[in-house]
Amino acid sequence: MYVAVKGGERAIENAHRLLAHERRGDASVPELSLKQISEQLSLAVDRVMTEGSLYDRELAALAIKQARGDLIEAIFLARAFRATLPRFGTSEPVETGAMQVRRRISATFKDIPGGQILGPTFDYTHRLLDPSLAGTSAPEAPAAADSDAATDAAPMPRVTDILGHDGLIEPSPVADEGAPVGDLTREPLNFPADRDLRLQNLARGDEGFLLALGYSTQRGYGRTHPFVGEIRLGEVEVEFLAEEVGFAVPLGRITVTECQMVNQFKGSASEPPCFTRGYGLAFGQSERKSMSMALVDRALRAREFGDDVKAPAQDEEFVLSHSDNVQATGFVEHLKLPHYVDFQSELGLIRKLRREFAEAQGERDPQLQEAAE
Amino acid sequence: MSMMDQPLLMTEGLGKSYGRQLGCRDVSFNLYEGEVLAIVGESGSGKSTLLQLLSTQMAPTAGRVCYRMRDGVTRDLATLGEAERRFLYRTDWGYVHQDPAMGLRMKVSAGANVGERLMAVGWEHYGRIRKSAQSWLERVEIEVGRIDDSPHTYSGGMRQRLQIARNLVTEPRLIFMDEPTGGLDVSVQARLLDLLRNLVAELGLAVVIVTHDLAVARLLSHRIMVMKEGRVIETGLTDQVLDDPREPYTQLLVSSILPA
Amino acid sequence: MNAPAYNFAYLDEQTKRMIRRAILKAIAIPGYQVPFASREMPMPYGWGTGGVQVTAAILGPDDTLKVIDQGSDDTTNAISIRKFFEKTAGVATTTTTSEATVIQTRHRIPEAPLQEHQVLVYQVPIPEPLRFLEPRETETRRMHALAEYGLMHVKLYEDIAHHGHIATSYAYPVKVNARYVMDPSPTPKFDNPKMDDCPALQLFGAGREKRIYAVPPHTTVVSLDFEDHPFERYRHEAPCALCGATDSYLDEVVIDDRGGRMFVCSDTDHCETRRADGHRGVQPEALA
Repeated sequence: MYVAVKGGERAIENAHRLLAHERRGDASVPELSLKQISEQLSLAVDRVMTEGSLYDRELAALAIKQARGDLIEAIFLARAFRATLPRFGTSEPVETGAMQVRRRISATFKDIPGGQILGPTFDYTHRLLDPSLAGTSAPEAPAAADSDAATDAAPMPRVTDILGHDGLIEPSPVADEGAPVGDLTREPLNFPADRDLRLQNLARGDEGFLLALGYSTQRGYGRTHPFVGEIRLGEVEVEFLAEEVGFAVPLGRITVTECQMVNQFKGSASEPPCFTRGYGLAFGQSERKSMSMALVDRALRAREFGDDVKAPAQDEEFVLSHSDNVQATGFVEHLKLPHYVDFQSELGLIRKLRREFAEAQGERDPQLQEAAE
Repeated sequence: MSMMDQPLLMTEGLGKSYGRQLGCRDVSFNLYEGEVLAIVGESGSGKSTLLQLLSTQMAPTAGRVCYRMRDGVTRDLATLGEAERRFLYRTDWGYVHQDPAMGLRMKVSAGANVGERLMAVGWEHYGRIRKSAQSWLERVEIEVGRIDDSPHTYSGGMRQRLQIARNLVTEPRLIFMDEPTGGLDVSVQARLLDLLRNLVAELGLAVVIVTHDLAVARLLSHRIMVMKEGRVIETGLTDQVLDDPREPYTQLLVSSILPA
Repeated sequence: MNAPAYNFAYLDEQTKRMIRRAILKAIAIPGYQVPFASREMPMPYGWGTGGVQVTAAILGPDDTLKVIDQGSDDTTNAISIRKFFEKTAGVATTTTTSEATVIQTRHRIPEAPLQEHQVLVYQVPIPEPLRFLEPRETETRRMHALAEYGLMHVKLYEDIAHHGHIATSYAYPVKVNARYVMDPSPTPKFDNPKMDDCPALQLFGAGREKRIYAVPPHTTVVSLDFEDHPFERYRHEAPCALCGATDSYLDEVVIDDRGGRMFVCSDTDHCETRRADGHRGVQPEALA
């Protein structure tokens, strides 16, 4: 005798047990420590912190371990935890001009005050698999910096500031001191969205999605004629203005990657021509992400500059509504949930339509009618 | 003075400038019910800007446009709320685009294209909506058997006629047309113009038609306005202006020396 | 490490207040989609995060919660959400419709008539009924504001022109309180009439799309149609094989690989209650 399916509860518990077992893998292989993940898979940690919008290397490492290395799942874990954290307020804007720079390159000028610093980069490595890494490795100690350039005090102005000095690039918008700081995790995003919220959305957005969109602008779907004004990686101070004490208190240092694109110029009857900007910023060393973000940021400013909005990367509703990989994953994967009630409705309808079709055919051809029955 | 003697559409000192560039300036005229006005000029003369100002798709930087609503009250169109403006657009006005794809829903059937305005004003009887769509398809000489086909399967001329039917179904009093015969073959143009002329006369429509084709203006319009560099340089009865142009520029236009 | 500690029903009180404000606004404007700052929940978007947030915001310690998915209390996602609230709120749970004060649902409205003290919370994937006709939020918002719903009828017109019927079988659009057109969530259209003049409060939460909307008790809910093609409910023309019900929505169960099938109530509580009352259906011989 048929009874409705029961036992879902047991099934879920068993599935969770099995998952934990698979996560651990072969018990004879030593278990990964969070330190190992944050030290040796540091770029994965950086991505989870960036798209998870939570700067905490240890939690990100835990999320990666718990997610079995599935970074979108790890981002989801970080986000869900972040959502429950109390908000004390908003930090002061970080001063990337005062960054303790570890890497800094510009594609627009051969030499710049403070110099070009390659730093730790995959650029110019030959992508040959290195068998020596299969076992334990003992890399050489990093080369010491030249003594004359090594002085921390050497000023390292941002390239966009140098251009800005001569008015060759549009000024960076001045922060409105009194204005509330937009936060799309606290207020729902409305369209059209201002640039601050767009940037927040892009910072949280999926690296692959932004990469593809940024790439599409280079291939002609919303060209912006970009130059890498500067990419800089290093540590910046985070400060919090405590109302009670009346001054900014340092909270600590975080690693960020900043990319400023210098884009095609604009002029009008009232304004002399100058270059425009695209901006990208990400936690840790996330160069691909911050570059893609800068490309898309500029593309999304099409309306502001009176460009035709035609390409996907220029379409604010399209980009901002689909950039979030936690949302996208959830909705794509929800197709796994049962839909049999709706499917029954569709099944009923399609049977009815087929029956009517067969009847109509039958009026024309009685033999077909019989075949249908 | 009866209502019919009052103008339907009035403009006073209408102008639009884009920064330093001028779209059009100081245009004033009245349009009466049943009257067809052609705006002619070469490209860049400001005729398209003017059409956008008249049809409230663009706000003027000077002057105003007034319209006598169905209740007899004449309103400055700038004072209409968005709801009123959109209501006007789907009831008392029509707009025929040069490219029919702009004015049609290409993804739905011809019948739904014609019926949409009726549904938008609250018709909820499928049979009656369909009947009305059928009768309008007939009036624009589209075979009724094509009612459930998508405009994608239609020829250019059929699409344009479908667009006209879609506009006329709510019996508007004023239609804007932007180069309605542009992009069509000459023989197809002739048929469309013939159809338009009959419909306009039958329904007593007021029409503002923008065209660079003086033959279209001559066939359809009662009055004509010649534009050059954003200004109206000559205006009058169509036959008069075309047969005896006063301005040298109009003379050049008429003798077809200027490129369209 | 920061050991996480969670509030009653998971969400912090500040967030709950924000959601309650959105709910109150939604009740004040029946059928209108109120944007709210949907939080990232510890379950995936599209799996009921909107419904879970609404439930978390209205749940009190004295409430009794029922969770159904596809009409059943025992589908995996229903169990998962019920467990979540058992763990984070410690509230009583039930599978009996009449005993519940809050019912969270995905894709069904229970067969047993709802009562005044109950709240039905729907999980909504896409709240915008006009979305598949017009993808732009800026445009659909304007259409709602101006009550420009002609396009909705264009869709229904096309159905009839091509199929002879309105070919929408679930998520069938309704007009609420003679003003806003609303998506009832992907419930089968069989359930639509239950929404009209319902004594219970109906709340709809869409987490990923960040919208909450509501139908207050005893509000008019009309399924869109044409005068000459009126709205029709649909159910399989069969009695439930387990309880013999002839007025309930049925699931089709495939029983062999030769096209054999039977129909049973989708609402499991309804079916069990009827069987407890002595009602019996007729099972196919192969299974009896």
